[in-house]
Amino acid sequence: MNVYLDNNATTIVDPDVFTAMEPYFVQKYGNPNSLHSFASETHPGIKTAMEKIYEGIGAHRDDSVVITSCATESNNWVLKSIYFEYILTGKKNHIMISEVEHPSVISTAKWIESMGCKVTYLPINNEGIVDVQAVKDHITDKTALVSIMWANNETGAIFPVEEIGDICEEHDVLFHTDAVQAIGKFPVDVQTFNVDYLTFSAHKFHGPKGIGALYIKKGKELMPLLHGGAQMGGYRSGTLNVAGIVGMGMAMEAAVSALKFEMTEIRELRDNLEDELLKIKDTFVVTPREKRTPNTILISFRGIEGESMLWDLNRAGIAASTGSACASEDLEANSVMEAIGAAEDLAHTAIRFSLSRYTTKEELDYTLETVKKAVERLRGISSSYAYAPEGHESGLDAHHN
Amino acid sequence: MGIDSLVGGTIWDEYSQKVTDLMNNPQNMGEITEEQAKEMGAQLIVADFGAESCGDAVRLYWAVDPDTDKILSSKFKSFGCGTAIASSDTMAELCKDKKVDEAVKITNIDVELAMRDTPDVPSVPPQKMHCSVMAYDVIKKAAALYKGVDMESFEEEVIICECARVTLDTLKEVIRLNDLTTVEQITDYTKAGGFCKSCIKPGGHEEKDIYLVDLLDDYEKEKLASKASLGNDTSSDINFEDMTIVQRIKAVDAVIDKHIRQMLIRDGGDMEILDIKENGEHIDIYIRYLGACSGCESSSTGTLYAIDNTLQEKLSKKIRVLPI
Repeated sequence: MNVYLDNNATTIVDPDVFTAMEPYFVQKYGNPNSLHSFASETHPGIKTAMEKIYEGIGAHRDDSVVITSCATESNNWVLKSIYFEYILTGKKNHIMISEVEHPSVISTAKWIESMGCKVTYLPINNEGIVDVQAVKDHITDKTALVSIMWANNETGAIFPVEEIGDICEEHDVLFHTDAVQAIGKFPVDVQTFNVDYLTFSAHKFHGPKGIGALYIKKGKELMPLLHGGAQMGGYRSGTLNVAGIVGMGMAMEAAVSALKFEMTEIRELRDNLEDELLKIKDTFVVTPREKRTPNTILISFRGIEGESMLWDLNRAGIAASTGSACASEDLEANSVMEAIGAAEDLAHTAIRFSLSRYTTKEELDYTLETVKKAVERLRGISSSYAYAPEGHESGLDAHHN
Repeated sequence: MGIDSLVGGTIWDEYSQKVTDLMNNPQNMGEITEEQAKEMGAQLIVADFGAESCGDAVRLYWAVDPDTDKILSSKFKSFGCGTAIASSDTMAELCKDKKVDEAVKITNIDVELAMRDTPDVPSVPPQKMHCSVMAYDVIKKAAALYKGVDMESFEEEVIICECARVTLDTLKEVIRLNDLTTVEQITDYTKAGGFCKSCIKPGGHEEKDIYLVDLLDDYEKEKLASKASLGNDTSSDINFEDMTIVQRIKAVDAVIDKHIRQMLIRDGGDMEILDIKENGEHIDIYIRYLGACSGCESSSTGTLYAIDNTLQEKLSKKIRVLPI
């Protein structure tokens, strides 16, 4: 059985989305900005899709939801344009992000920092959530931007963006949120709180890859990152990805209408799996589940290095993920586990299971059985659970030998 | 950069079949208890290396015959990824039936080589080399325990990377054995510098006496110094034909280093000297091309003439270069 539980990385494309996109490759392939009927026949599809996208996040008609190539582009765009507009010109000197943002925010912030901007990396608390107080403590009249993700990709922890938005408004500071993990997981409505920029990406909610967006509140214009033929109202040049836009529109509509299912049925599946996994000895979950997206579990299996767990799962056809040392190209421990201040020996043991509306109970039953077998095998190999003679001076983290 | 870097790929694709098999079914995984050791009439040695907090830990069990110093049984337990488990398994296998003094000579290179499917394809990607270094370290620790080396003398070792607990001696040795030239390589091999990064160069959040860049500088200077002294040797009027075999190999290597190797490396290749033999009126130098050079058409034409001519000009007209 093949089971896909890595939906925070990417998702299966909804077959209806795929069908909706198909005509825009071979039949309606015109460049929307040309002056002929090949162009105009793409317009109704684009318009309908854009309306669905606006509606999906509650954007006002006068706001701009600019289509980009991905969330990474959207995040880069916000940080770099703020840098050019406010930091380079000397109007402001500071931005704030959390220490567990996506690399597209952290790496961009580090680049800006290297160009002379002050950057505050806000810590997370022991539940994996950014403290509102930390935002209050560090915001100054020289702060140009606060960029805090809405939901964390690794833990699923939902951050208090409403309160952070309020603080930013009080201090007249621009506020950006990376909502990549939010769309389709819980209601997203930009009218209900103060937010100036909001990033999202279609492939995280059963749309195609290569298409993302940036919501820009009316009056909070950004200078473009990509100059050229002035598509997207001059905000973002580049020939429109028509099929992608159509796909994202359809995916957004489907994600919004599946919200209730996601927040009840999928949550229940997730909770059941989590309950069962936690029955395995020496397992740990960080963020309380009511403070998490309904589809995500980040769980540590003491004594089992993350990549070896992925190995055993993968052999059984199950896809999960880990941010820990060996699986990624660098040797860092799971950044969120580190930031939370989890016991050091657990930093390399975290495994993330992320469900979607396509996940079934049968798949999770199979996953649970497979995990149990893997835990037994790998703890059998593990030095953490190994025999040591009496009086042995251990060089390992030896609190449970 | 280039297409391979752009496409990327998963590190698992670069594991040899042996690594995969050992991960799925480790052969020497297990424990040796005091009782079992007694039954064998052996002394039990239990050595640990690494830590879970660093992402890799290994425990090595030896049953050593106290009369012969022979390792009668060798088992391991490991917290780590697939390559850590496979390396530990291979390390334990290599220790079997060896005397403790022989086992100490097993290096991480031996472990990595033993896991290869074919001799010239690495068994693990570079960023996984550190797993085999750990296997090497735990042997040294077991041997120290057996020989009754004072544990305090162990503690006195200078640790350069606190996060990964990598000692100065290990670093110096790994740099020298593998001819490392960059901090990234050190990190791949030992994990040093892969965590808080304080030990790489001054300016991190922790101040150190010695940094990785210092060690690289030292090694670089050492290499230059040895080349300089070699240069003196060759120019000290010893004719190539009168040299001993060791002197000849050094002399050939020095010429290749100075005139040839850079050119090969630029094209993604390299070469090594296999043997030097007298053959009638010729002195035949057998070489093997490495990396991109092996299989390159010019390696039997243009490149070969260049190597031939350079060595003849610098050392002796009698030289013939024969690629294998």
